[in-house]
Order: sequence, then C-alpha cells, then structure tokens
Amino acid sequence: MDVVFQKTKGLTDKPFSYCPGCTHGIIHRLVAECLEELNLLDEVIGVAPVGCSVFAYDFFNCDMHEAAHGRAPAVATGIKRVHPDHPVFTYQGDGDLASIGTAEIVHVAHRGEKITTIFVNNAIYGMTGGQMAPTTLVGQKATTAPYGRDAALCGNPIRMSEMLATIDGAVFVERVAVNTPANIRKAKKAIKKAFEVQLQGLGFGIVEVLSTCPTNWGLTPVESLNWLEKNMIPYYPLGNFKSPKEEV
Amino acid sequence: MAKVLMKGNEAIGAAAIKAGCKYFFGYPITPQNEVPEYMARELPKVGGVFVQAESEVAAINMVYGAAGCGARVMTSSSSPGIALKQEGISYIAGAELPCVIVNIMRGGPGLGSIQPAQSDYYQSTRGGGNGDYYHPVYAPASIQETVDLMQEAFDVADKYRTPVMVLGDGMIGQMMEPVEFFEREPLKVEKPWATNGTKGKRKPNIINSLFIDPQVLEEHNHHLEEKFALMKKNEVRVETFNTEEAEVVCVAYGTTARIVKNAIEICKKDGIEVGLIRPITLWPFPEAAFEEVSEKTKAYLTVEMSLGQMIDDVKISVEGKRPVEFYGRCGGMIPTPKGVAEKIKSILGRA
Ligand SMILES: Cc1ncc(C[n+]2csc(CCOP(=O)(O)OP(=O)(O)O)c2C)c(N)n1
Ligand code: SF4
Repeated sequence: MDVVFQKTKGLTDKPFSYCPGCTHGIIHRLVAECLEELNLLDEVIGVAPVGCSVFAYDFFNCDMHEAAHGRAPAVATGIKRVHPDHPVFTYQGDGDLASIGTAEIVHVAHRGEKITTIFVNNAIYGMTGGQMAPTTLVGQKATTAPYGRDAALCGNPIRMSEMLATIDGAVFVERVAVNTPANIRKAKKAIKKAFEVQLQGLGFGIVEVLSTCPTNWGLTPVESLNWLEKNMIPYYPLGNFKSPKEEV
Repeated sequence: MAKVLMKGNEAIGAAAIKAGCKYFFGYPITPQNEVPEYMARELPKVGGVFVQAESEVAAINMVYGAAGCGARVMTSSSSPGIALKQEGISYIAGAELPCVIVNIMRGGPGLGSIQPAQSDYYQSTRGGGNGDYYHPVYAPASIQETVDLMQEAFDVADKYRTPVMVLGDGMIGQMMEPVEFFEREPLKVEKPWATNGTKGKRKPNIINSLFIDPQVLEEHNHHLEEKFALMKKNEVRVETFNTEEAEVVCVAYGTTARIVKNAIEICKKDGIEVGLIRPITLWPFPEAAFEEVSEKTKAYLTVEMSLGQMIDDVKISVEGKRPVEFYGRCGGMIPTPKGVAEKIKSILGRA
C-alpha cells in the first residue's frame, strides 16, 4: 500500500498537552514539517517558552532549550553565537513575546540575530487561566479584564509584527492564521520562508500566527475559528510586512 | 611568565580567556566596566564572541543559551545588575549548566553608590533567585588571587555543572597590582548533554529546569542537594592566620581581610595577638576552620563592608562556643585598620 500521508519526523511520539481544538497543535506540526522538509532536524536547536507551549521541548524532535518567561530570544542569541552554522528557532506565545519579553524580541531583531521566531498570538494568557494579554482585543473579556479590555485603562492591543517590521535587522516578518485549510497552507509557506531566510544568513525572521484558545475564550473549537476570523484578522491584518529583496 | 601591572577588572578578563572562556555577554555597570571592555577588545582575537546585551536579564539568558551548548561562557556585573541576573542564575542552576558570573560589588540597596561594598553576601551565597540552590562563591583578596581563582571557577563549574560566582568588590575591580599568569591546562570535561544538533546520531538533548511532577522535582532537588554536599566536601577554601595564639580571631574576606591584616599588625605592637580566618569560598563556607578553637581565644570579630551579613555564617560555625562581635562600615565606606584595631581592643577591655 502506498503511504500518502504520515506523521512528520519533526515531532516526537509524545501526546500534545493542548486542549481539544487548540491550534497550537497545528502550528507545531507546520514548524515540524518545515524542519523535516528543509532537512534541518539533525542540526536545528529550538527554544521553548513559558506558556501553554512550555513542553514544546518534548514535542519537537530536535535539540531544545527551555527558557524563562519572555527570555527565549536571549537564550537563542547565546545558542546562535556558539553555533552560527546551526539553525535556531524560538516558539513563543503572545504573553511571552509581547509582554514580559518585549525587550528581548525587539533587541534580537535589532541585532539582526539570525534566528527564526514562531509567535503564537491567541489574544490571551492561556496557561495561567485566561488573563489579559497585550494582544487582547478591545472589549474582549479576560479574567483580569472582566468588563472587557478598556483601551483608556490599558491601551490598545499591540501589533508586534508591524512594530518589528520597522527594525532594520528584521528581514522577514509575516502574519498568518491557522483558521482555514487555505490559511494553514499559507502559514506553512511563511514558516518555511522564514527558515530559508535564516539559512541564507540575512537576519531575523518572525512569523506571527493567529491562533485560538477555545478554553479561555469560552467558545467551542469551531466558534473559536470563526471568532478569530471575525475579530482578530480585522485588527491583525494577515500578510507579509517584510521580505528580503528577491535577487534579480 | 613575568609579572605585569594590571587593573583588577582587566586581569579578570585576561584570566577568563586563559581559562578557555570564548563567550561573554554583559551590560555596563560601574565599577566593573573594564571587564566587558576588555572582553570586547580581546575575545575576537582568540576567535571568541562578545555581545553587549540589552539588559542584565538578557545577558544572563544569553549565558544560559551558550552554556547549554557546552561553551565556556561568562558574564560580569555589579550589585543591581546581579539582582536582575538572579532569575537566569536560578534557571542555570536548575538546568545544571556550567558558567562563571563575576560580581564586583558596590553599595546598596537600590542604586546605592559606585563605591566598594560587601553587602551582596546574602544575595550571592543564599541563591538570590528562586528555589533551593547554591553555587560556589569565590572571594579573592588580591588581584593575583583573583587571576588564580578565575581558572578554578571555570574548572569547578564544568566539574559540577554549576554556575560559579567570583565575588569581588569595587576595590578589587579598580585597583592595580602586579600579577603573574601561571600556565595551567583548563580541565577537560566531556559534555554529552550539550545541544549542538543531534547529527542524526543521538536522541535530542533538552536543556531544562521544569519538572512539572512534584515527585520528580523533589528527586531533582535531592540530586542537586547531593551535588551541594559534594562541593561542601571538596571545594572549601580558606586561609587561616595566627589562630592558635589569638585572643581575638577576626573573620573577613576580600578587601576587608587585607585591612584586618593591617589591624593585626597594629595590635601586635600593643602586645595583643589577633588571628584571622579568611574564607576564600563564601559558599561552601569554611565551617571546619572554626572547629578547633584555641583556649586563648576570647571572641570572634566579623569585619565586613556591610551592616553584617557573613556574621550569620560565622555564628552558625561558632555554634555559640564564643561570643561573635561585629565591626562594619557600609554604603561604600571602607573600614580602616585603626578602626578595626580599636574595636579589637574594646572587645578585650583594653581600649
Ligand atoms: C517570570 C514569570 N512570570 C509569570 C509566569 C507565569 N506564566 C506562565 S505562562 C504565562 C502566560 C503565557 O501566555 P502566552 O505567552 O500568551 O502563552 P499561551 O499560554 O497563551 O500559549 C504566565 C504569565 C512565569 N512562569 N514566569
Ligand atoms: S489554554 Fe488555550 S492556548 Fe492553552 S492549550 Fe488550552 S486552548 Fe490552547
């Protein structure tokens, strides 16, 4: 019998710790497939964050570091400086990357560190039980924004990709979503491109992936996908913000 | 090799490179700036890498990443900067990675001053970060000793897979003294746990300090405890002086110990015998040096550039067998030999 589809070698056999319907799992698979297809698994070193994807070090089938909350870009810098010829990536949530670790992500981009960051934006703190993230939408309820996010009180949701795209050292910045099969395909393409840019030694690359948190949004998995499309995409427009100039 | 006149901070950099340190991540803070400056200048010449991080928090996490790859790596800072590094130091201790951290102490709390102090004793020896952990802390009293201990620090870090701190004060960092670098091969330690790509030949290596199952974390803590016990057994370093004849035994480390030695000379002229216990490792603390007390010894005197922090360890070691007195200056003020000598005389009722 012909094998038409099988699990990627980029993932271990460890069962995911994600809630049913959470799109973290899809994003893991996309990253793992890209690593396998680019033949990087023997060389790559990944950095896991603090958040729901804290166990990413058990799921990705490659050398991994676990980092303190927000510090993955700094840890990745240390790794990359020791191993300039190895691909290095971080996988980070929005609380991790856009709140406690804002300085680290800005400066890893600023230095043009040749690493790839997968940034999972689910507009909430998942692991700690649904508190407000810097990415929580205005009006969206969270346990620490029980009346809905009030912009006058805590500012507007932060758009990290737009901000990082202004930094010279960031050479690839794209926002994608994993709410439909078509978007998932585009997300994979972006992730692959980000790794390719790293392999070319051009600078820092980041893919922001709009993701769901059915558990803390209080929605079913399908409702969550719809909520993402209706509420997140209008505020966080999909698309490429920066790419290396194609050679002519 | 001939002696050269060097500033403490630069000697630290030179000794680290001689010990095989290839990576340095740091952030400026007085009075240790000559360490990163030296590393920025010299590391590229030996194929190493210097990165000025955006903060101390980032610097120590870069160290964490590099150490996980098995590299000989170092960072340095001064008191408020070390406070920020404690998060990372705790992670490094938890993940059992070797690295060297230099703290050139200044006065505090808060922004304090840039003058020498020893008020980070608790922060350094009690694990300023979260969790049950310790790491070796070396407290050199001269630039020559600093240079010698740097090599030791890297070797001990590799041997036990632990962060190691070299604790100086602003005086050690800023003064100049002649030093000689002794050729000594860095200890070679296999690092099969390091992340350098599986090459398809082994299972993935994971650098981690998360043990979500409490039973497993307790086991990990006990495993660390065994390592701490081993370091306590093997890595204590201390200098003792005139303890058999002394009526008062002073306890002091680093710069303060040198001041106490001058005070001992003053007392000798007045016919008073004074001894010194100088811990070279503040952790593990040289408790055994207090076990054999001379019949002549009436009291201990702890001298520190702080309000009294090491005095706790002295009291634990003395176990109530003798009174333990304290003399200290703080906030960047430096004790004088005369001041210490007067305190000794007043303890003996001969002021
Ligand atoms: C220094 C520190 N502060 C706070 C925490 C608690 N904490 C764990 S996960 C988390 C939120 C993570 O949210 P996010 O990065 O958005 O990831 P998600 O769980 O949504 O995937 C927080 C605040 C921590 N572990 N360390
Ligand atoms: S809490 Fe939310 S983000 Fe975390 S695994 Fe569950 S659904 Fe996913």
